[in-house]
Order: sequence, then C-alpha cells, then structure tokens
Amino acid sequence: MTLSVRDLSFAYRKTPVLTDVSFDAEPGGLLAILGPNGVGKTTLFRCILGEQKRYLGTIAVDGENMRGFSARETARRIAYIPQTHGMTFRFSVRDTVLMGTTHTLSPFAQPGRAQERIAAEALEKLGILHLEDRSFDTLSGGEQQLTYVARALAQQARTLLMDEPTSSLDYGNQIKVLSVVKELAAEGYTVLLSTHNPQHALRYADRVLALLDGRVSAFGPAKEVLTPALLESLYGTRAELYDTPGGPVILPVVDQNNKKGESQ
Amino acid sequence: MNTVGGRKRRAAVLLMSTVLLFVLFFVSLTFGRYSVPFFDVIKILWHRLWTLTGLDRVLPMTVSWTEAMEKTVISIRLPRILTACLVGCSLSAAGAAFQGVFKNPMASPDILGASTQFITIFSFVSSILTVALVFLIAQRAPGQRTVNLILAGIMVGSLFSAGTSYLKLVADPSNQLPAITYWLMGSLSGVRLSSILPAAIPMAAGLVPLLLLRWRLNLLSLGESEARALGVNTDLLRAVLILCATLITAASISVSGVIGWVGLVIPHLCRKLIGSDNRGLLPCSMLVGASFLLLVDDVSRNLLATEIPIGILTAVIGAPFFIWLLLRKEKTL
Repeated sequence: MTLSVRDLSFAYRKTPVLTDVSFDAEPGGLLAILGPNGVGKTTLFRCILGEQKRYLGTIAVDGENMRGFSARETARRIAYIPQTHGMTFRFSVRDTVLMGTTHTLSPFAQPGRAQERIAAEALEKLGILHLEDRSFDTLSGGEQQLTYVARALAQQARTLLMDEPTSSLDYGNQIKVLSVVKELAAEGYTVLLSTHNPQHALRYADRVLALLDGRVSAFGPAKEVLTPALLESLYGTRAELYDTPGGPVILPVVDQNNKKGESQ
Repeated sequence: MNTVGGRKRRAAVLLMSTVLLFVLFFVSLTFGRYSVPFFDVIKILWHRLWTLTGLDRVLPMTVSWTEAMEKTVISIRLPRILTACLVGCSLSAAGAAFQGVFKNPMASPDILGASTQFITIFSFVSSILTVALVFLIAQRAPGQRTVNLILAGIMVGSLFSAGTSYLKLVADPSNQLPAITYWLMGSLSGVRLSSILPAAIPMAAGLVPLLLLRWRLNLLSLGESEARALGVNTDLLRAVLILCATLITAASISVSGVIGWVGLVIPHLCRKLIGSDNRGLLPCSMLVGASFLLLVDDVSRNLLATEIPIGILTAVIGAPFFIWLLLRKEKTL
C-alpha cells in the first residue's frame, strides 16, 4: 500500500507542530524518519493513525483519504509497532500477538482457532514461535519488539508504522530487529520507521524523511539525502561520511584541540 | 512455564471454580442454627424443581422432611445464598473490569467510589457520577496515574463519607440510624426471594455485555493509543464497560449494602490462578467471587451468636491481602 501524506499541518494550541509535510511511502520500501527530539515524529504518527484528527492536509492509503476512518478501518490498513514498554498486566506472547487480529472480529466475539492460527503463523515467520507460552514481561527487549512486529503481521495490514523500534535495545537486538524489518519491506510491506540513529537509516532505509521544526528538511533516497550538512542542521553536531567496503559510515567529528576532523 | 494461560489450563480452572461454587452452594444450605441434613436439602430442592415442572402430579415424591426444614431452606437460606453469589459475582466482575479499563491493578468498585453511595434509588446515577469524577480528577492531575486514581478515590470517598456522617447525625436514632449503620457495614440478612429479581435483572444487564466484551477489555488495558491502533473504538468501549461495571456495583449495593474489598481481592487472586487474559479472568473472577462471598456469608451468619456484618469480614480478609500485595516483590502489581 502506498501511504501518501500531502501538505500535512498540525498545531497544538496554536503552536505549529507540523507544517506542510508531504511525502510518499511505497510498498517494498523502508522509509526512515529522522529528526531531533520533539520535532513532531510522534505527532506525525498520531495523525496517520487517526488518533489526532484535527490536522490539515490529506493522508491517503492507495489513493483513499483516511480522514474520518474508524479505528477499525485504520487498523485494517496500518499496523502500529510501539516502543517496548511495561505492561500493567501479564499477557502471554500468544495473547499479545492474538490481539492483532481483533479488528477482524465482530465487537462481541472472542478470537478462535482461525485467529490463533494467524498468530502462530506470524510468530513462526519471525522465528519466535517457541516463545508463545512465555509471559511478555519476561522477554528481552529484542524479543518484545519482535513480538510487537508479530502482532502487526497478525493484524494483516500492509503498512507498518514503527516508533523508534531500536531505542531501548542492545546492539545485537537492534540489528536483529532492523534486519527483520528490512526483510518485511522487501516482501512488499510499506514500512515507516522513526529512528535516532542516522547510521541505521543509511544502512537499512531506502528513503529518508528528515524533519526539522515540523517541516520536511529533506526527503529522498537515503544515500543522497544523508549528508554531513543535513546531519549538522538536524542535530547541531558535525559528522562525516566515509566509504567503507561494507557501505558508507557516518562518524561524529571529535573536536580535538580545536582541530577540525578532516585529518582522517 | 512463565505464564498461566492456554486453553486447557483455562478450561481446567474454570471447571474447578464451577464445581467449587456448586459444592459450596449446597453445603451452605445445610449451615445454620436450625440443622437440616445435607440429603434433605437436596431432596427439598429437587422437590421444588419437580413441583415446578408439574410432574409431581404424575409421579408424586414422598415428603421425608419437616415443614420447618423446607421453610428454612427455601425462604431463608436459599434467597440469602443466591444473593451472596450474585453480589460476589458482580463485585468481582466489576473489579476485574475497572482494573482493565483503568489499566490499574488497584482500581476496584470501592476505590473508585462506586460503592460509597447509600440512597438506593439514586445509587446508580450517583455511582456513575462518582466514578466519572474520580476518573476525571485522576486524568487531569499530573503525575503517576496509578497513584492519582487512588488519591482521587480517597478524596471523593471522604467527601461522600462526610455526607453520610451528616445523614447519620440527622437520622432518627431509634430506627433510621441503625439501618444506615448496618447498611454501611454490608449485610445479607433479611434478603427475600422477592428482592432477588429486581437486583438480578440489572446485574445480568451489566454482566452480559462485560462477558461479551472481555477480549476487548484486554486491549483497553494496553492503553489508549495502542488499543486504538489495533482497531478498537476506545471511547465507546471504555464508556460501555464503565457503565456496565458501575451498574452491577450499584445493583449489588442496593441489595447488600456496602461490601468492600471483594472487587479488589478476587480479580487479583484469579489473575494468579488463570492469568491476565480476561477471556479466562472475568468468568473466573465471577465464579470465585461468588464462592468467596458465599463462604464469607456462611461465616458471618454462623461464627457468633449474633451475626457479623459481612462488610467487616471482607475487610478483615481484604486488608491483609492488600498489604501482602504491596509488599510483594513482583513488579506486575
């Protein structure tokens, strides 16, 4: 599914949060959303998910305007993968994934064998079927994140919205989660992923949307968009790009004795 | 195995709770000052059913019990036992529902103030208002939501208890005051068969939607945005669940007075037995809640020569449980 955002503006009590944001996210591609804290990434997600309705502009999936969609209509098209967080109550991994199928059920129905099969398939696909009886809160951060991804697959929406999936993961789990997401994109899912790590964007994303002060600062193929100039304008810190046999690498410039980092 | 859950375990726990309830139900009918042997109780009940079907005219049963036995079982104990089951079931279901809706393991009819009302006729309306008030205060206040809800509950509760105190002050000390006092302590004495139906109808009206929506209650406990993103109309669902839970609380209170702690303690106990999935938790809470209140009521009417108000007993059991809850190391409080 192609997600198109056109001229999206949103203000919170007259303070503009997003201004004229336009971009497309296409199936088979991974779009990384970069930007400093408080730039409106979360607000953007909330608008796309229909949680914030008072926005200007249009958000459309495959040409269909999503304004006025019910929660269920949105859930059919877009799956949200939150950051891992504590749960008030202990649900098993199976039940957590099963919750993804809720929008396919009538309001008074309980998930049955058909839904359990869908959940099991999603777990199987991500290679975490062996965790299904575990309690969600006993999982590692990476396993929790994969469980959320499985839940999104069980939801059977073709667009995945990920809110900083790697923010609380250790290095190994970051790579594991990103590889899974990359594979899903290659399978034809439309993936939007917000991240604080430009290196991740460079390594895994096909396109990058850089937000600054609620505006699109840059949008395009990752390798073209991610320049030292952009990074400096986004984060206020200097970084350089280096070509290595494994692909381009972003390294922050370490200021030693006021020498600029070009000595490398 | 880290979780309790899964189809088989759920079915097993629910079956056991049902069996427990049935056993307690029949055993409770034999308890009391006036002794009625167990088999006579069964025969009396069977006779009643038999008569209801009209088959007794074809196949009459031999009456082997005294009229006093029948009167004790049918007119005194049965209504009381049925009411204890209904009230226990309702309060526990309301507790489980409130805990899910407010994603707060401390939420319960008493803490939310749903059970501090005392004018029966206005009970439902004022309960809804109280819950709404507590909820709004807790949401508006900055800081931790779990704590906010409890603090808001305490404050609104004390506001209403001020009202109660005033009513006690102006009440007629010879008849109104004792009635109010006993009512506030909760009691199932004096329940008649005829008073069950008016309470059972609103209870059923609240319990059925709760049971039907129990899967979605799980999603609501994940929080607003996540539940919404999973396709749930959160505003509507929350409103329906709160309305139903408050309705059954109000209906319980109208028949039994204020009985605290059940709605907090039972869902917690059941979470240990069957897990947090409300597909199992809600029915389990209802069954265990019914058994629990029945048991406590048995104690209440048999332990001492004078009856101990049931609310006192549930507090004696509930408060230590609450302390244990606070001291427990697990972080899933």
